[in-house]
Amino acid sequence: MTALTLTNVCKSFGAVEVLRDINLTVEDGEFVVFVGPSGCGKSTLLRVIAGLEDATSGTVNIGGDVVNAVPPAKRGIAMVFQSYALYPHLSVRDNMALGLRQERQSKSVIDARVDKAVQMLDLGAYIDRRPSDLSGGQRQRVAIGRAIVREPKLFLFDEPLSNLDAALRMNTRIEIAELHRTLSASMIYVTHDQTEAMTLADKIVVLRDGRVEQVGSPMELYNNPANRFVAGFLGSPAMNFLERAPLDIPPGGALGIRPEHLRPTKGGRISGNVTHVERLGGDTNLLVATDHDETLTVRLFGQDPTRVGAQIELDFDDTSAFRFDQDNCRVA
Amino acid sequence: MSIARTNRFNTLAAHGALILYTLIALFPVFVIVINSFKNRRAIFREPLAMPNSETFSLIGYETVLKQGDFFLYFQNSMIVTVGSLFFILLFGAMAAFALAEYRFKGNTLMGLYLALGIMIPIRIGTVAILEMMVQTGLVNTLWALILVYTAQGLPLAVFILSEFMRQVSDDLKNAGRIDGLSEYRIFFQLVLPLVRPAMATVAVFNMIPIWNDLWFPLILAPAEEVKTLTLGSQVFIGQFVTDWNAVLSALSLAILPVMALYVIFSRQLIRGITSGAVK
Repeated sequence: MTALTLTNVCKSFGAVEVLRDINLTVEDGEFVVFVGPSGCGKSTLLRVIAGLEDATSGTVNIGGDVVNAVPPAKRGIAMVFQSYALYPHLSVRDNMALGLRQERQSKSVIDARVDKAVQMLDLGAYIDRRPSDLSGGQRQRVAIGRAIVREPKLFLFDEPLSNLDAALRMNTRIEIAELHRTLSASMIYVTHDQTEAMTLADKIVVLRDGRVEQVGSPMELYNNPANRFVAGFLGSPAMNFLERAPLDIPPGGALGIRPEHLRPTKGGRISGNVTHVERLGGDTNLLVATDHDETLTVRLFGQDPTRVGAQIELDFDDTSAFRFDQDNCRVA
Repeated sequence: MSIARTNRFNTLAAHGALILYTLIALFPVFVIVINSFKNRRAIFREPLAMPNSETFSLIGYETVLKQGDFFLYFQNSMIVTVGSLFFILLFGAMAAFALAEYRFKGNTLMGLYLALGIMIPIRIGTVAILEMMVQTGLVNTLWALILVYTAQGLPLAVFILSEFMRQVSDDLKNAGRIDGLSEYRIFFQLVLPLVRPAMATVAVFNMIPIWNDLWFPLILAPAEEVKTLTLGSQVFIGQFVTDWNAVLSALSLAILPVMALYVIFSRQLIRGITSGAVK
């Protein structure tokens, strides 16, 4: 069974088209990540699925039912928000229980489900506190708990880690991945952070300007991007694009090389000057200004003694390079 | 520690200015209160002197409490003020929520139309209002005043509250929708508690003009049993003789209820005024 099917979904606010003809399926138990730059429509798409916005046209099908005219509470979904959105006047327990009370579940069911979620998320010590007495990470766990107790057909995450600091973000990311394994529920996760997308997703949907650019597993998109946008968006540091170098570049197009595929080689095809060095311990990133006035990032594994200002010659394997034509589509 | 914060001179200057302002603002009130405790000759001979054993007199208060039905006037003023504030806050908040939350055709136009009332004084329409009240038989009822004051207070209330409601997180309202709360419960349980400081601000801004108003009570409800305090005090001001003891005593008494209301709202008010600047 498919958890979600979107057919020709469009959304416009007045004359502004935000989503254009989105077609997408999410299989049962799949973890799908919507990723794209800000303003690409990924959050709007999530809100259309949740029922917080109406689709201008097209159908939204959740778990086999068309839900275009169904209010959010009856769609069998639960959502986790970037700003946590906990009810400030309720305790942690009541925050989690409110949705079930609205569904008129019996008290024993509510207690059982809340207790289970509390255990799963290790929230036992905070159960009677108000959200204002919790730290950011704890609040986000409560928000996740509030979603779990609903036992939804589909989980929706709207940039849930954006308000957390770096260390906590990593931990919570792992917790969400574990949660997905334990619950084996279908999840949709919106983020602008490509690391989160790569690490969490079974399937990534790359969006730009309200259109789906490419759909696939993280490694498929990384190894086989359909166009220059996807190639440049996924991967950190981002892919290098050469337009002026005297290499085999399609006319008006670009040659894309990932930073880790460039290596210093005597007599290499690209030569330039090192303008900046980032030493990360495990990796070293070199910024190189080429003789044709283009900037490249070179990722070297391990520690490297190269200094700023050094002359460097670089080369790459032709099979690991991507060619894009003047319309930015992939040619080889 | 920043230098600015520990600078003695700046702190002293700021406090000095504030204390000076407080003194200037409180001086008339002070003069009214001390004179209300003096006999008539002392009021005119030395208006700024404190009452002493010779000049002390409660004659003003005695007149006020004997003459007319002052407790009734108090009660009327209280009913009108509290009733109007209730409706201003209720309808103002509801309209503000609709304007801030929902996209519909003419949303901006509606907002401008409601804001127009801030610029056009309601007293311009007094004659029409009086005619309307006569036809609906509301003249000489407290309802006439409550309705007019509600209309008078709504524009500013909608304007201020809709600004604050826009700041309430969308995520919170959406979380409520996903949990199955009705729009009414989202409004009353999630949004209203969060804009409480703004509500207190609106309440205080509306309270004083309503309590002090003489115009509409005089025109719409001059009958003895619906007189408000301000109108009731006018009996002591005559064309030829004014009973200053009574006037000053009535005014001193009139301060008390507003002060009580202000104390109720003040903590929220301070948060409401400062939240825009500090947050």
